[in-house]
Parts: sequence; C-alpha cells; structure tokens
Amino acid sequence: MRHRAEPPAEAGPVRFAFDGRAVAARQGQSIAGALWDHGIVAWRTTRVGGRPRGAFCGMGVCFDCLVVVNGAPGQRACLVRVSEGDTVTSQEGHGRDGLGS
Amino acid sequence: MDLVVIGAGVVGAACAYYAAQAGLSVAVVDRGPVAGGTSGAGEGNLLVSDKEPGPELELARTSLRLWSDLAQVLPADIEFEAKGGLVVAEDGEQLSALREFAAAQARSGVTVEEVGPGGLHDREPHLAPGLAGGFHYPEDAQVQPARAAARLLECAGRAGARLFLGEEVTAVTTTPEGRVSGVRTARRRLLTGAVVNAAGTWAGRIAELAGSYLPVQPRRGFVLVTEPLPPLVRHKVYAAGYVADVASGDAGLQTSPVVEGTPAGPVLIGASRERVGFDRRISAEAVQRLAAAATGLFPVLAQVRVLRVYCGFRPYLPDHLPAIGPDPYVPGLFHACGHEGAGIGLAPATGLAIARQLTGAATDFDVGPFDPGRLAEPAGVSPRNGN
Repeated sequence: MRHRAEPPAEAGPVRFAFDGRAVAARQGQSIAGALWDHGIVAWRTTRVGGRPRGAFCGMGVCFDCLVVVNGAPGQRACLVRVSEGDTVTSQEGHGRDGLGS
Repeated sequence: MDLVVIGAGVVGAACAYYAAQAGLSVAVVDRGPVAGGTSGAGEGNLLVSDKEPGPELELARTSLRLWSDLAQVLPADIEFEAKGGLVVAEDGEQLSALREFAAAQARSGVTVEEVGPGGLHDREPHLAPGLAGGFHYPEDAQVQPARAAARLLECAGRAGARLFLGEEVTAVTTTPEGRVSGVRTARRRLLTGAVVNAAGTWAGRIAELAGSYLPVQPRRGFVLVTEPLPPLVRHKVYAAGYVADVASGDAGLQTSPVVEGTPAGPVLIGASRERVGFDRRISAEAVQRLAAAATGLFPVLAQVRVLRVYCGFRPYLPDHLPAIGPDPYVPGLFHACGHEGAGIGLAPATGLAIARQLTGAATDFDVGPFDPGRLAEPAGVSPRNGN
C-alpha cells in the first residue's frame, strides 16, 4: 500500500528517516502529516491480526497512529512534530516486545 | 413482578442472575448504564489474600467458588483469570507481619505459601531487587467487572429478567402497612413486593427514598492504566501496606501499590483510598504516589506511559462489612451493598444469598454478620421520615 513517491517540491528543510529512507518535511509539520505528504498512510500493525493502521482521528485521541520515534514506541504521529534528524520506524503491535524478555 | 433490583453493577447483576435462575420474575433498574458506577471503576479484584479471618473472608471464599462456576457458564470475555496473588514485603518487619497474617488465614482454610526473596523473581521476573520476601495466594483471581455484569444480566434476561437503563428511581412506594409495593421512575411504575438496593455507593439515597437508613459513604480510589504491554506482571502483585490500608478507617489519602496485567495488554495500577465525598477531580498527589509506588515494585514500568487515570467511589460502611439482607424497618426492602473495594469478588455470594432469602431457601454459608439491622440509625433520625 505504501507509495514511495518523491518528496513534494515545496517540502521544507527538515529531514528525517522513515524505515531507513530519507524523508523531507516542512518546518513544524507532524510526523503523520509528513508521511501523508509522501503518500504513506499506514505505519503500524495491530496487536491482534497485524492489520495496517495510520492516522485516524488526527488529533491525539484515538491512538491509532502510534509510531516509534528515536527508539521510543507508542508515539502519536499526529501530535509529534518532525525534528531534524529524527529516526522514525513503523511499529508492530504495542512496540514493547523488548520489555517482556 | 417478584423483585426489582436497583443497580446494574456487578452486585445487582448477580442478584438478578440468581433470582431469575430461582424462577423469580425480575426487573433491574439503573439511572445509568450497566456497570456505570463503582463496578466500572474497579480492577476486578477477587481476593482472599487481603482479608483477615472472619465473616468477610468466609464470604469471599464462597464467592470465589461461585465465580469459578460462573466462569464455566458465562462467555470467556469476562476475562476470569485464576492468576493468584503475590503479596511482597520490603523489609523483615513487614515480612513477619505478613507471616502472622498468612498463618491465621491458613488456619481458616486459605491456601497460602511463603516465597523467599530468591523465589520472588521466579514468579515475577520484573520485580525490583532487594525485597524481603512474600506470600503467594493461588486462590486470588481477577475478572473484567463491566463485562461480567453485562454477561450476568444477559443470562438473567434469557431467564426472563427485564432491564431498564437510564431510568433513575424517583420513589420506592409502600402500602399503608409500610410494606414495599413498587418502584417509580420518570417513565414507569413497577409493582413488586420486594426491592433489592444494589445501588453501591449511592445505596444510602435509595434507603432514604424507601423511608429507611443506611450509612454508606464513598471512599475514593484512583486507577492508572498503562499503554498495552507484553505480559510483564503475572499475578496480582501488591505491597504489604495494602492490607493495612484496606482495613483502616482513616479519611486521609493512603496509597499502596497494587499492580496487575490484563488480557488486553494494559497494566492496571492502584490503589489509593481517601474520603473526600463524591469529588471526581484528579488528585495529582494520589496519581504521583501510585506511579512512584508501582515503579518501585516493578522498575520496568518506569519506561512505559500511563494512558489514562480514572477514579471511583467504594461504597463504605463504618464496620467495613457489606449490608446483605432485609432492611430492619421496611418489610420487602433488601440491601445488597456496601462492599467497599471487594464488591466484585463478593457479588455472586451476595446475589445467591439474596435470592435464597427471597425464596425462603437456606444458604450453606452464613450471612448473619452482614445483616443490615446491625447498622442502627443515629438517635433523632426517624426511619420513616423519607416518606
């Protein structure tokens, strides 16, 4: 489902990495907004069933758009603004498998 | 109608369930939704471990057996888990107090086993280091209380019980002789010879509506809900101080960590107690103390986030025992309330006892100590001034 389109021409000066590739974002843009700009609409899989999820409510309420930001899972992509050099990765389930071991 | 139950929490649902099973025609009325009061604000504790020998412990043991039976009958989504409880001591002093407490419980038939400091991490790998030891109670269990209430009511409904939600009881009517004759809501009149007051923390108001008296008071508690996690906490784990807090009558804020996982993933963190009326405002101090105490027990929790905090009001009677049985003043009025923080655990035995009392059948367990007649009204309060 992911469209690996080139960054839009008007994309601003902030750069971050999403699942290992360089992505450009506008200053102050949310991670969800930046990913949408690049045609990426799903970046998490559900805990039961592994179904794709992305931004749903877009305002921090539904917790559907969780993503791993600089190693911290469970961040709401619709609320977290992109910072230069961020490493963002897709989240599988609760993203906390490491805690159980 | 043989019976109207006021309150669609777990206790009211259990009363309706056993009464309907006994062949009574039953209606359940609640001003809100199913489990919209205290039942929906708890953690689903089915505990023997926190109860000293005495009538409440006996009722809890009976009730746990009934929960096991219900778990065979009700759908699996009530999340009944016979997970066991683990009570931990931070130092030698706490440990000897726990040891004495556990020995007395064991003499009353409770299964309990001491766990040395080296054995704690075999049972709970994420517990903090340096604890003095603990006690394992395999009979402690857990249930999802809102679902359990809903499923009990569903079963009662299949046996003919009717459910009226969103309808506040405005009057409990009586005959000229003073017997219960029915219940009124804004929408209907239900005629009945028996009313069960299962209104939890608000049961005092129902008693007053019926022209009686019951001194139920709210004891507020907060619960923290973490983000969904892999299984980190296997038992219901709590600190030795919890037992003393449960038994205390202090009005000030008390916190002691109670930590447990849930099948859905989030970890629940309690337990605070304070008497502040029906104040629903978040207490930063209570929340901070609970979080600190929980991470003290399970350091791994310091890395995870709390998604939400909720509070509820335990229905508190002055002697910490529930009121189960006929009202001393108004014939036809029965009470099934005042279970404080143990209502989910004690619900089936309460419901069964009420159903047996209504049908004139005997119970094989003693509910005499819970007779509402023990709670005399203060001087000057006429029991009939509500009508």
